[in-house]
Amino acid sequence: MSYINPVKRAYLALENWFNISFGNDWNPLYHLGTLAFFFFWVIFVSGLYLFIFFDTSLSGAYASVEYMTHEQWYAAGVMRSLHRYASDAVVLTIILHMFREFSLDRYRGFRWFSWITGVPNLWFVVTLGITGYWLVWDELALFVAIKSSQLMDALPFLPASMSRNFLESQINDRFFTLMGFLHLLGQPVFLAFALWIHVKRLSDVSIIAPRGLAIGSFVALLVLSLLAPAVSHEAADLAKTPAVLNIDWFYLNIYPLLDNWSSGEVWVLTIGITVFLMLMPWLPPKKTGPAAEVHLQECNGCEQCAMDCPFDAISVQARTDGARWEHEVVVLEHLCAACGICVGSCHSSNPFRHAREKLVTGIDMPQQPINDIREHVTAAIDSLEGENKIIIFGCDNAIDFAGLKSSNIAVVSYFCAGMIPPTMIEYALKLGADGVFITGCRTGDCYYRHGNRWFDERFAGSRQPILRKRADRRRIHIFRAAETDCKKLRKELAYFEDSLAKLKREAANTGEADHA
Amino acid sequence: MHKFLKIVLQIFNYSLFMGVVWYFSLYPAYHQLDENQAMITFTLGHVGKHVQECRRMTQEELLKLAPNMRKPMDCTRERSPITMELQMDGKVIYNKTAPPLGLFKDQGIDIYQNIKVPAGKHHLLVWINDDIKVKGPTYRLEQDISLKPEQHMIIEFNSSAGKFIIK
Ligand code: HEM
Repeated sequence: MSYINPVKRAYLALENWFNISFGNDWNPLYHLGTLAFFFFWVIFVSGLYLFIFFDTSLSGAYASVEYMTHEQWYAAGVMRSLHRYASDAVVLTIILHMFREFSLDRYRGFRWFSWITGVPNLWFVVTLGITGYWLVWDELALFVAIKSSQLMDALPFLPASMSRNFLESQINDRFFTLMGFLHLLGQPVFLAFALWIHVKRLSDVSIIAPRGLAIGSFVALLVLSLLAPAVSHEAADLAKTPAVLNIDWFYLNIYPLLDNWSSGEVWVLTIGITVFLMLMPWLPPKKTGPAAEVHLQECNGCEQCAMDCPFDAISVQARTDGARWEHEVVVLEHLCAACGICVGSCHSSNPFRHAREKLVTGIDMPQQPINDIREHVTAAIDSLEGENKIIIFGCDNAIDFAGLKSSNIAVVSYFCAGMIPPTMIEYALKLGADGVFITGCRTGDCYYRHGNRWFDERFAGSRQPILRKRADRRRIHIFRAAETDCKKLRKELAYFEDSLAKLKREAANTGEADHA
Repeated sequence: MHKFLKIVLQIFNYSLFMGVVWYFSLYPAYHQLDENQAMITFTLGHVGKHVQECRRMTQEELLKLAPNMRKPMDCTRERSPITMELQMDGKVIYNKTAPPLGLFKDQGIDIYQNIKVPAGKHHLLVWINDDIKVKGPTYRLEQDISLKPEQHMIIEFNSSAGKFIIK
């Protein structure tokens, strides 16, 4: 087994724990980004309701929030709690989202863009929460207002002191209205834009959480809201400094630092962390393989590869080579993750074609062309001995399969399960393999996002190019597991060998019976 | 695994997640002040005096200038730094000298400083010096004060009134 670092191990253990109860389809760790979106929806809808009753003036804000919390506890009060707890859940979800991308090494190489465009979202979310706490205008709000102003005062480009605003009730009032505007409109618009950029380079991003997870999370939020409704501190009073404040650590964590640190030092820390996060994809950098190449003479412009590309790296344009087809595809090299999924999508990757010549496909990976794969498969099957000849088509990013090679087992590696042309499976069976064993990333968590999904759809016949019906499904086995699941892999392979042997015996028996 | 057990485990996981959400949305409580403490905020927004006295221009000098530049007083732009100090019961609890801001050192400064102090009766002395040509305080106030626990007392040097105001 290859080395797996402790952070990744810890993450995989956590993921495994969730798989036990949620199953792979609803494992929340596979849907953290989407879950964050789900919580934003809850925040948005509850926020709209709160807005109806909220008084945006400094003098009326606190009373209006009190009214919602106590007199209308059954509606606005619940909405307030949903608004609060969904906001906290967003931060926790984002922290887990970052931990996941980091521990699975999905933040470097071609993923640098997703990572660094995630960072501003952290700022937008946290500052949105800060202005939210400001609007309640209770003791906590006053604390947040004063401490935020002290932080702002340390910035060189602000001409006048913000902290001293609180001494002038008129200015304070106008400032409060500005916060209301920021929280209700300005910041959400920025956040929505930043989120759009964040997922812009990915295809098929879902911002609607799977139903089961959405219902479960909502019920959990609702139960929490009923059990521990969000309440305010006492009304803001400039003549009082409350000794104890129940601060929301998801949003207000930097403020207590100001007790011992200067505003400048707090800025250095927060900006330092931000810069560090932004630089992480290059500490150290990770190389992405050469981009896919289009071979126009074999491309009929069917666009399947463009539809399947998980990173929107293939675009379609009018034909340039005078061929009779309408379209051709172009690889946008700077976006290509070199996953090879497009090779699996291309009808021309069929190894039965050009049996005596070099196999050229419409779109190919220069570092592992389809022709090399065909030669490799052919030679590997040729070299197999014994009763149950098995060829493993292994995904490079999943469990380590190299050690499984033996006299009756050969291995061929692919960048992703989605890179395997279905016809290659038929080809292996036709060439004499008794079974094809295909490994992949954990169900629901393909390293290249959609490889497993496309594979399954091709297998089921609902996505082109399909695995034809005539391919004997009993001789094809799919195994998906975490890198730590080596024992399971061996067990599964042994089980597959047994079932192939059984198939052979059955075939022999029916053959004898037919003979008789 | 049995479906029922799965649901129980799911409920456990949701509860754990929401438990963390709830806990850190309120706890651990932040102790801004110790028991029996109060807060004093010392604040001012003030421009120091000119570092050099302004000088009345002579008639001759004025005539040499272009008509639109003829101002009777010749002043350098630089302002004095401001030194401020707060003493409570004879002990210095805050002391700072802030240089004037701006490229030409011609702007005022803003201070908003929180100081935690024990509640109770105290003798307060506060002074500032906004003129480096003068030794010692240019403005000062001495007063007995009484602070309740959690009280927030603002001691402001009001620039336009030229005096300290305690709120
Ligand atoms: C407001 C907060 C955020 C939301 C709602 C969010 C949402 C999402 C979504 C929906 C995806 C696409 C997942 C997929 O379909 O495969 C994604 C991907 C990603 N996010 Fe975030 N994200 C947020 C913040 C962050 C932050 C703070 C970081 C890191 C600093 C980050 C790093 C990433 C990375 C590296 C990916 C790429 C995943 C891939 O290529 O498979 N995100 N995010």
